[in-house]
Amino acid sequence: MTAPAGAGPQAYRWTRPRDLQEALELMAAGDLRPVPFAGGTDLMVLMQMRALPPCHFVDLWPLTELRRIAVRPDETVLGALTTYTEVAEHSYLQATYPLLVQAARCSGGWAIQNRGTLGGNIMNASPAADTPPALIAYGARLELASVRGRRWVPYSGFHTDYKRMRREPDELLTRIALPTPLAPPSGHFYRKVGPRRAQAISKVCFAGVARWEGDRVAQVRMGLASVAPTVLEARETADFLAGRRRGELDLAAARAVLDREVSPIDDIRSTAAYRRRVAGNLLEQFLTGTS
Amino acid sequence: MTQRTVGTSVPRKEGVEKIAGRALYVDDLTFPGLLHGRTVRSPVSRGTLERVAFRPGVPWDEIVVVDHRDVPGRNVVHLIQDDQPLLVEREIRHREEPVLLLAHPDRGVLERALALVDLTVTPAEPVLTLDEALAGKHPIVPDNLFTAYDLRKGDVEVGLQEADLVVEGTYWTGAQEHVYIEPQGMVAAPNDAGGITVWGSLQCPYYVHAALTVLLGLPDEKVQVIQTATGGGFGGKEEYPSVIAGHAALLAWKARRAVKMVYDRSEDMRATTKRHPARIRHRTGVTWDGRITAMAVDYVLDGGAYVTLSPVVLSRGTIHAPGPYACPHVHVRARAMATNTPPHGAFRGFGAPQSIFGLEVHLDRVAAAVGLDPAELRRRNLLRAGDTMATGQRVPEGTDLHGVLATAIGASDYATKRDAFGRANAASPHHKRGIGLATFFHGAGFTGSGEVHLASRVALRLTPTGGVEILTANCEIGNGMMTTFSQIVSDALEIPYEMVAPVAADTAVVPNSGPTVASRTCMIVGGLLHGAALDLLEAVREKAGLSPRHTPEDFREAARRYHARRGPLLVMRRYQPPPGVAWDEKSYRGDAYGAYAWACNVAEVAVDLRTYAAQVTDFWAVQEVGKVIHPVIARGQIEGGVAQGIGYALYEDVVWEDGVMANARMTNYILPTTADTPPIRVIFQEVPYPHGPFGAKGIGELPIDGPAPAIVNAINHALGTRVSRIPALPEVLMEALDAPSADSP
Amino acid sequence: MAASDRIKLSVNGTAHDLEVDPLARLLDVLRERLGLTGTKEGCGEGECGACAVLVDGALLNSCLVPVGQLHGAAVTTIEGLAPADAARLLPIQEAMLLEGGAQCGICTPGMVIAAHALLQRNPHPSLEEIREALAGNLCRCTGYVGIYEAVQRAARAAPPENVSRRWA
Repeated sequence: MTAPAGAGPQAYRWTRPRDLQEALELMAAGDLRPVPFAGGTDLMVLMQMRALPPCHFVDLWPLTELRRIAVRPDETVLGALTTYTEVAEHSYLQATYPLLVQAARCSGGWAIQNRGTLGGNIMNASPAADTPPALIAYGARLELASVRGRRWVPYSGFHTDYKRMRREPDELLTRIALPTPLAPPSGHFYRKVGPRRAQAISKVCFAGVARWEGDRVAQVRMGLASVAPTVLEARETADFLAGRRRGELDLAAARAVLDREVSPIDDIRSTAAYRRRVAGNLLEQFLTGTS
Repeated sequence: MTQRTVGTSVPRKEGVEKIAGRALYVDDLTFPGLLHGRTVRSPVSRGTLERVAFRPGVPWDEIVVVDHRDVPGRNVVHLIQDDQPLLVEREIRHREEPVLLLAHPDRGVLERALALVDLTVTPAEPVLTLDEALAGKHPIVPDNLFTAYDLRKGDVEVGLQEADLVVEGTYWTGAQEHVYIEPQGMVAAPNDAGGITVWGSLQCPYYVHAALTVLLGLPDEKVQVIQTATGGGFGGKEEYPSVIAGHAALLAWKARRAVKMVYDRSEDMRATTKRHPARIRHRTGVTWDGRITAMAVDYVLDGGAYVTLSPVVLSRGTIHAPGPYACPHVHVRARAMATNTPPHGAFRGFGAPQSIFGLEVHLDRVAAAVGLDPAELRRRNLLRAGDTMATGQRVPEGTDLHGVLATAIGASDYATKRDAFGRANAASPHHKRGIGLATFFHGAGFTGSGEVHLASRVALRLTPTGGVEILTANCEIGNGMMTTFSQIVSDALEIPYEMVAPVAADTAVVPNSGPTVASRTCMIVGGLLHGAALDLLEAVREKAGLSPRHTPEDFREAARRYHARRGPLLVMRRYQPPPGVAWDEKSYRGDAYGAYAWACNVAEVAVDLRTYAAQVTDFWAVQEVGKVIHPVIARGQIEGGVAQGIGYALYEDVVWEDGVMANARMTNYILPTTADTPPIRVIFQEVPYPHGPFGAKGIGELPIDGPAPAIVNAINHALGTRVSRIPALPEVLMEALDAPSADSP
Repeated sequence: MAASDRIKLSVNGTAHDLEVDPLARLLDVLRERLGLTGTKEGCGEGECGACAVLVDGALLNSCLVPVGQLHGAAVTTIEGLAPADAARLLPIQEAMLLEGGAQCGICTPGMVIAAHALLQRNPHPSLEEIREALAGNLCRCTGYVGIYEAVQRAARAAPPENVSRRWA
């Protein structure tokens, strides 16, 4: 099987920019729909399935400026081309953002982790992606760049609907910033539930960070995958939980709030009923801190 | 004297080629002027083809187009009933049914051409499930029934009346996709003899050969089939290669050039065969002391749209349905039904995994009903030497199924764990553990009179330098036959293993030793080779003066003498059934198989009640397979079969939508990975079989029979549920936990 | 496909200067342009690992890498791991042979490459580390047991005569 194109010879254009500025210019030119190409682990599958209309690929891989991890007192900034392996092997990230590291380590097999990027995982906009729930739990922000300038947006809410996001056609995702957690959070929880234990697409994925002050939930943030058309921040559930004391946590009520927030579907991978139930179970596991 | 190799793990004959990436699989072959072939397939599961149109957009004059009118011989996939057309004429019976074939040197052009073929089809009401087939609406064939058998022993009504209790249950098994990692592929080219040669990924060269002679209307000698290195078969390359080889051959015949057809994974999953889905119902009479008095079994397979191999799959499943138990009154009613899905076909186990799943899960229910441990219920009913099986066959002397069970129970510490897990589970709200077992058997070789009809032939050729070539049509598909055959022959000839090697399976060179299926390769074909080797040895001794206790050099010398005096030496052997073995097809009674392997599997599982996912945490496979020829290869067969069985039990779900596999990608059809497979502890008990080579029996299919019921029994132990369906997906377990007293779902 | 591009890369130590569609999969370039058919295609979507190769030392699935991204890269395939003229196989290959790590052989090149990459990074992996590293390489024949044994044997660099006990 060669010839990924179903659309005829030379349906695609491929450009290898020398630097970010040239990449942004290519994105801005927009004569044939420009599509940024990072590690290719999703786009190559779509090509193979003949599911990509003609477009102009802008190869980001040579842009080393998008591959840096900068640790600052208030935040950590990851270049969009940071691979899962680079995330997983970074000792500061391991200590500070364990959920992200867990997510990176369960994104595909080792060969995928060596090529797949954090930026690609976000921009592929799959509701079943593995790192986005962790990014939500950590309150990540995204830097979008174009020839018109750069802007930072909160990651939560970036995806607006299935495969839709708040990105202008000429913009590239360049960096991802994770605020430094204020105090050591007392509840860190990430769990991917897939059809098998490795190399799987999730049926439900849950990431949650909770900060406790004494026995009171001071702040909680939760991201879920595969339970809605986009990766979901469970804000209503977080609002419901905020300020409550451990002793007065009504798990059933919290589950009910989450159940209203999610909107899973039946598909070839699982059922809506299963996803609802497991999402609730994971919420409970997160809140009770049990195994 | 030369060291014997049987019982030792000599280096695999083709091992270095594979490990170094030098083995050539069909897609690795190149030919001058090669065309690529593609298939235009039916978009509906049932209907009538009215018209074919070709829209502009590609240079159609450069594209070779084949339809049913281009078939020079008969437009059938020649097998048991010849009911399946190779290309649709008018009637369409399933999604993805081949309608047209296209060939062109450029795959990009072909890809676009496929999208430009318009099929006008009048759809008809399809039959898509076993339930619909049994309901009998819109029959595809009369009563939607392909084949039926009744296996009877004693009088089941009498047996049920003698029982203190009758336990009923219904069990379901899903389709299973083979997922050989190398997809189906063939190259066909016109040959110098005015016929056709095909090279391909296959396990039965003479099945393909026969199919091509019928399709092309050619005499045997004009058709040549050559097996290339084959990246897994598991039954999936038993009958389907006749389809894809036929397609490649038709294109090559018309184009007068070599044509390669290699499916991508999605096409392979959607269009080719899978393990038959099944429904198994049991009514079992049992006394309070756990003696089984009667087994009434209703065993139904979904055959898909054409007969293909369903009658023989059904037959093996039927004979294995009563299990290895001494029960005086048995009735198995067995049916293979027609549905509008792609035909289901051969898959390792061949009907037995389905019927054994039903029985073994049911027996745990029977045990619970009479208050016995599942192992104890089995112990009280297992066959002993001298007992008669359901077909009336006598269990041979030396059979020790009780020993197999006892070894498995001991090795796994079953009794302690059964207790301990039960107690620990009560105190563990979210994590449950369970242990379960299955005892089972598997007949080696073709069912009934199959081997007699096959009349397999093998040959050995002595080379002038004292080497010995093995000539069989059996295929190295990962099974290790090149190695085990060489061990058998070299030991029989008392020469070093290195002096013996099989030649490639090429129908122009090798005799028809039958297909590489049915756990027959080592026992039946290996047995013929053993006999041929003894004949060859005798000939060299008599005619070339080889001394009785020869060295390798003596043998080489004798070979030179033989060639000098008499020319080439080719020794043939033809299958003869072992003395006293008889089968009556009409009454469906007698010796169903020459020999059986006996086994017990024990599975340990953990179920997480947050996710309802079951994980196999440990696994024991104890089996008596006669003499083990090559321990590493034999273990590998067991370990691989167990892993496939784990997939069958827990992960591998073919999702059907409108009669076609909807999750036809490796991403969405879930095979077990390294993270999902437990330690697999393999224990062989060796009771030599007098009619097998050095005492060997069959082994290939046995290991897929036991894991699914052992695992589901372990799950039901862990959860107190009545899960009765595989794959036992988390979604199934969630439902089962919601209604623990109900049969799931 | 896209317009041809000029790509310079090295494969198994040999420099190549190719006029090639930059969107061509590395897998196809290896198999069809360079005749290196040891790298296999099992799924075309990065799921099975049969097409695994090393690119600048990192394990990658060659079905997911467009050759346009490999300008200046060094690729190692199974043929480069065990050149045909080499007297000996690598210890991992010897071990795969002895422990029954290869049956039908189609996943074997990718599996060997992945195991080799693991041993390069972690010469003495635990069983859990082996399982994690090889989870992206599907095998339908072995149940993986012989493969673990092979990796452990290679790690021990044990003499090749005995067949180990597997699960004790």
